[in-house]
Amino acid sequence: MSRQDQQFRNYRQEQRLTQHRVVAAAIFVIVLVCILLARLFYLQVIEYDLYQTKADDNRVMLVTDPPPRGLIYDRNGLVLADNRPIHSLTVTPERVEDFIGLRKELSNIIEISDSEWENFDSRLREYRRPYQSITLKSQLTDEEWARVSVDLYRLDGVQVEAQLTRYYPYGEAFAHAVGYVGRITANDLKRVDQQAYQGALFIGKTGIEGFYEKELFGEAGFSKVEVNARGRIMSQLERQSPVPGRDLHLYLDARLQQYAYDLLGDYKGSVVAIDPETGGILALVSKPGFDPNLFVRGISVADYSTLRQSKKLPLFNRALRGGYPPASTIKPFMALAGLEYGFASWTERYFAKGYYQINPDGRRYRDWKRTGHGWINLERSIIESVDTYYYQLSNKMGITPIHNFLSRFGFGRSTLLDLNGDSSGLLPSNEWKKAKYKEPWYPGDSVNVGIGQGFMVATPMQIASATSALASRGRYFYPRMADKIGDDAAQFEGDLGGEHDIILKDQGNWERMVNAMRKVITDSLGTARRLQGTKYDIAGKTGTGQVFSLQEDEEYDSEKLDKRLHDHALFIGFAPAKAPKISVFAIFENGGSSSKPADLSKKLFDAYLYGKYPPHYDYLKGKGND
Amino acid sequence: MTESLYRRVLTFANARLWQLVHIDILLIGSLLLLIGGGLFVLYSASGQNVAMIERQVFRFTVGLMVCLVLAQLPPKYMRRASPTLYIFIVLLLLGVLMFGVGAKGAQRWLPLPGGLRFQPSEIMKIVMPMMVAWYFSDKALPPSFKQIVMVIGLIVAPVLLIAKQPDLGTSLLVAVSGIFALFLAGLGWRYILGAASLAPIAGYTLWQVMHDYQKQRVLTFLNPESDPLGSGWNIIQSKTAIGSGGLYGKGWLEGTQAQLDFLPESHTDFIIAVLAEEFGMLGCGLLICAYLLVIARGLYISAMAEDNYARLLAGSLTLTFFVYMFVNIGMVSGILPVVGVPLPLVSYGGTSIITIMATFGILMSIQTHKRAI
Repeated sequence: MSRQDQQFRNYRQEQRLTQHRVVAAAIFVIVLVCILLARLFYLQVIEYDLYQTKADDNRVMLVTDPPPRGLIYDRNGLVLADNRPIHSLTVTPERVEDFIGLRKELSNIIEISDSEWENFDSRLREYRRPYQSITLKSQLTDEEWARVSVDLYRLDGVQVEAQLTRYYPYGEAFAHAVGYVGRITANDLKRVDQQAYQGALFIGKTGIEGFYEKELFGEAGFSKVEVNARGRIMSQLERQSPVPGRDLHLYLDARLQQYAYDLLGDYKGSVVAIDPETGGILALVSKPGFDPNLFVRGISVADYSTLRQSKKLPLFNRALRGGYPPASTIKPFMALAGLEYGFASWTERYFAKGYYQINPDGRRYRDWKRTGHGWINLERSIIESVDTYYYQLSNKMGITPIHNFLSRFGFGRSTLLDLNGDSSGLLPSNEWKKAKYKEPWYPGDSVNVGIGQGFMVATPMQIASATSALASRGRYFYPRMADKIGDDAAQFEGDLGGEHDIILKDQGNWERMVNAMRKVITDSLGTARRLQGTKYDIAGKTGTGQVFSLQEDEEYDSEKLDKRLHDHALFIGFAPAKAPKISVFAIFENGGSSSKPADLSKKLFDAYLYGKYPPHYDYLKGKGND
Repeated sequence: MTESLYRRVLTFANARLWQLVHIDILLIGSLLLLIGGGLFVLYSASGQNVAMIERQVFRFTVGLMVCLVLAQLPPKYMRRASPTLYIFIVLLLLGVLMFGVGAKGAQRWLPLPGGLRFQPSEIMKIVMPMMVAWYFSDKALPPSFKQIVMVIGLIVAPVLLIAKQPDLGTSLLVAVSGIFALFLAGLGWRYILGAASLAPIAGYTLWQVMHDYQKQRVLTFLNPESDPLGSGWNIIQSKTAIGSGGLYGKGWLEGTQAQLDFLPESHTDFIIAVLAEEFGMLGCGLLICAYLLVIARGLYISAMAEDNYARLLAGSLTLTFFVYMFVNIGMVSGILPVVGVPLPLVSYGGTSIITIMATFGILMSIQTHKRAI
């Protein structure tokens, strides 16, 4: 544009043009400011409540204060499950910026194994609430604790937390009775109050720990705290203290339990001892056991697979779930059934050949004594454990009276009051066989059941409980572990006092049967005569359970096979016979002769009734005996 | 009574003394009001960090000095220097792309001797409207089509260079400052409406050239709850801070969102949320009023300026300042995507304070160097 042109420019008009544009811009500014103000009005006035709540949710966090877990005592006041303080190294992932760097730093300070890192990583992937710390290494030694504490200030997100952890001082002998606690899983959280378990390290999984979880846990405390954006607690607003879990006092006798466990020796097996006056379980042994402490903070994969893969099945609770043929230990009950329904009498005599046949040409059911016992009566059938007597008796009775009578003793059902997961065994009946095999009940089936074989399967707990009912002459208490919860007597649903008592048409039959069982020991032909020579009377009954078949997947191995085919050795007994204080069932798997469980039972009687323990059991005396 | 007070203020403001030292008393008054209030909020937002306040005060002091020095410089010298400055800064922007240093994948700074860093794009925010105003200073307004195309070329070149750093926020602000000058020059309304109708296409093109993190910001803006702990965190927390402030606020130093660190960048880009939380809608309103005082004075200076160069420059600088404020409050309150624009004169931080104070120096120069008619 040239100079001449400029002279013709209308400066006034150009100024007005720009001024108009400035006014337009001012309007534009005002409109946009109104939008901003409207937005602020919307957020701060209309939606005020929503954001007010959000801001409070942000800053106020409910922190759960886990209560100390109740302790578990044996009958003498010995602590079977304890709480111990430990220091753990924990990490709050949200506060860690550089995991690789942290990993390097930490491994310079203390040793953290690969499996600990693996556990940590897997927990990192699981559900957790933000800013909740994850344990990296539990149970720091004093030295580790000191070394970490020095460097803590520069390790963001790492802290040492003092916690109470569960500890089982007596280990494997008690694992199946007391059970254990373990790390809480997503599944566990579904059945408990999730809020209460925030911050709890573990939950009862099995045994007493599992059954009495609610009582042992107590009530979680809560504190409302103000936190900053990094989850650091700035101040406490409100607090409700936790209510500690209640202590459990068991009927269990720790010394007796440990003794019984040791007496099983290298055999697999089970021992259940019950106080007939209460139904309280004095010993509940399943061998082999395992160290329950391994489970407390989450068991390592290696440890777990070792336990899982062991051929001896240490994790299997034989006392509650082991299904065994009761064998000849069923005979006293069978005899009482015969008497009750008029199929047998004390006076009637029977000629016992070496075998029994249902039909003259039929199969021969053999007696354990090939030559036969000759003329015998009911009492002698108990003393000498005459198989043929029970073949004929059960054949005469048929399965229905047997089923009805035995179920009154708890066979074929679960009567255990305060442990979970017991098997109900199998008490066969007509209906059961029809449903299961679509076949009628044959007399041969009864004959087998008559000596506690065939279809019949019972757990050690069931046989022990039935024995206890026998010992108390029909006063039948459902078996139980807990005596007192805190200071209160334990109460159970379904525990109806005398209602379960077994009343016979002739109540005198109890005493007579106990007498017959005493003669199993005192008689010169008694099958447990080796138990003679005690100051008190023992009543008992031996049993030898046949092991029928191999499991399908087992390979042929002559040595192992032999051992595996050995009979199970069983014994039931109680003492003193007149007024029993203890009844016992013991089984040695593949133990061969029933002398082993009989001897064990006698030792338990000596120990329980007269305190005759080997000296090294003194450490298990408990404070009640001090 | 009221009228005589008003008169006295006006007389004082127009006093010859202020005219002589080239200070516009209304502008500097409202600026100091804004700065003072901002320091109050910063004290809370920084977690009562006195050292931070001291540094900020130091920056304002430097900024004020830059402002006063520029106010002494007559607009005609600025006009003459405009094209040289423009070319110089464009060259520097090229230099940034070649030799620049930076953080988080962006090159924004030129290293200077002595460990100092220098961000040419910041200066471009002033130089851009200077260039456009210079271009129109000897031409008749409104501009012809050819002139418009020419000016758009002048705008696009540096904008692309800045966008490539990448610094989308600054490049947009630079573009805006140039476009404002064009608008004030009398850009025809049909061009403006035409450009507005092309916005969707422009938006799409922009989306194509955006970096992933920039796209993420836009996506987060559209739905912050999609990533509440990640990129949505900032906007959720700032809305919570603003909303929970209510009408009157929670009180100074009492904002839980700010004081407990839920609010990110609470002393820089998100500082308005602290104000909103602690002083409520009332506090925000007062702050916006302070801004409006500054902007109103700026627009008045523009309207009253004596030549095209001064009018266009003053107006576009003022409007750019407004855009700063609008974009910042808009993004913090969740009506605009998060684009890393500080709240002018309130947010903690260096370069922008100096540039903005320089802007007002130019405005004061324009207002106080008018020849007496």
